[in-house]
Amino acid sequence: MAAAEHMSAHVRWLRIAIVAFVLIGWEALAMSGLLFRDVVPSLSAIVRALARALASGEFYGNLAVTLGEVGAALAIGGAAGLAAGIALGANRFLSWAYEPFLYYLGPTPKIIFFPVMIMWFGVASGSKIAMGTLSCFFPIVISAAAAMREIDPVLIRVGRSFRASPWQMATRIYLPAMRAPIVNGVRLGLGVAIIGTLLAETKLSNRGMGYLVIQAYATFDMPRMYALLIVLFVLSIGANALIGRLGLPHAPVQRS
Amino acid sequence: MTTRAVARGVGIATLVLAAFAVEGLLRAGVINRFIVPLPSQVLAALPRIVVEEHVLARFGQTSLEVLWASLLLAAAGIPLGVMLHRYRIVRLACESWVGALAAAPIVLMYPLFLVIFGRSTTTIVMIGFAAGLAPVILKTLEGLAATRVVLQDVGRSFRLSNAQQFWKILLPAALPSVFVGLRLGLIFAMINIVGVEFLINFGGLGQLINELAERYDLPGMYGAILFVVAASILFFDVTERVERWLRPNT
Repeated sequence: MAAAEHMSAHVRWLRIAIVAFVLIGWEALAMSGLLFRDVVPSLSAIVRALARALASGEFYGNLAVTLGEVGAALAIGGAAGLAAGIALGANRFLSWAYEPFLYYLGPTPKIIFFPVMIMWFGVASGSKIAMGTLSCFFPIVISAAAAMREIDPVLIRVGRSFRASPWQMATRIYLPAMRAPIVNGVRLGLGVAIIGTLLAETKLSNRGMGYLVIQAYATFDMPRMYALLIVLFVLSIGANALIGRLGLPHAPVQRS
Repeated sequence: MTTRAVARGVGIATLVLAAFAVEGLLRAGVINRFIVPLPSQVLAALPRIVVEEHVLARFGQTSLEVLWASLLLAAAGIPLGVMLHRYRIVRLACESWVGALAAAPIVLMYPLFLVIFGRSTTTIVMIGFAAGLAPVILKTLEGLAATRVVLQDVGRSFRLSNAQQFWKILLPAALPSVFVGLRLGLIFAMINIVGVEFLINFGGLGQLINELAERYDLPGMYGAILFVVAASILFFDVTERVERWLRPNT
């Protein structure tokens, strides 16, 4: 027990040392003039830019646009992926017929479809939502199909023996049994939906967080660009971790 | 003919029928031809993009970028995974950070890479490298950590030095997992490399799609997208076969 606490303290100190080393190294690089001026801005400049961004209404307006686009993409892509995944997982013939296409298209770089999405949905939010939807559909449908096939047949027989309706089977048997793999699929889907939407915003948009990042690049406002990237990374990693927690099994119910 | 083969046939037939349906709807004027080109025009454009747009040379350029990124991934990712395994305290401190890196949208940093490396092949390769690094580190670590204790005990009973224990026991046992990590890293690198080529309008296949879109050459653009999809499928298939060849017992 004492040894574990000792180790834990060492790990904590090592983490602090690594963070301190990186920050000091960064500041030294910023002051050294080895790189082009402002490519590595000082930490204080980044913190000031972060504070300015967080205090401005423009930031929250653009953040709301991106959150709305990612949320809509996840809702549409998630619902479509879940429905298609359940259909493919429940029917072996459909799975053999159509699942190979999903495996082929799944790892293809989706951003190449952006010109098509612009043609179909215009240059406003529609094309960004479509990019996010296209990105998140594939991990969710593949996870849902695999999860459907892995449901314990005993659970399905129990549902049928109680003469559960299709709706009851879906809500009481299938979805609870598929929760963990589906949450994993949604987690992967959210990550790629964020990337798809933001990359589309950097390519062609006049609002959203991707637009702000590319504007900072275009005006060579490096502290602001670093600040925006930090915010995006924190939000993405945080959302990923939050959804991941939903997939953890519940604590077993104690029966007295 | 097995049911599986019939199902495959149904899948391909559905795709062909969908293409014919789109062709019919376009010719009937139900779908706007200024938005979606005729599938027959897309097929006819394929030889043109091969000859006039030098698609094979562009494929070669993208492949070269992926190759450079993969060399960097192997050179940096595997040693970092070994280091995390070798020093337990470093692993405890950093493993969750590497996991978070895997979930981070690294490709969004491409404007930053543009500032540092310019609009060049280096930017594209470095983005591919950064995007693929985390899985290589994590899978190398996983493979080394999963080495059976009995194998390590055999090494100790032969009084192997630390270096011998690593080269003769740990690394061979971890190789399957290391290759899985390299394959994942390569896939991430390839996706991001094509994506950044498209975004910064520089390089191989990604740039071709951007150029054709800017020229409003719809059949050519759709044809180039088909080519990228085919190239991706070929790439993933080849890496999967190489992995199976290197791991014959799995």
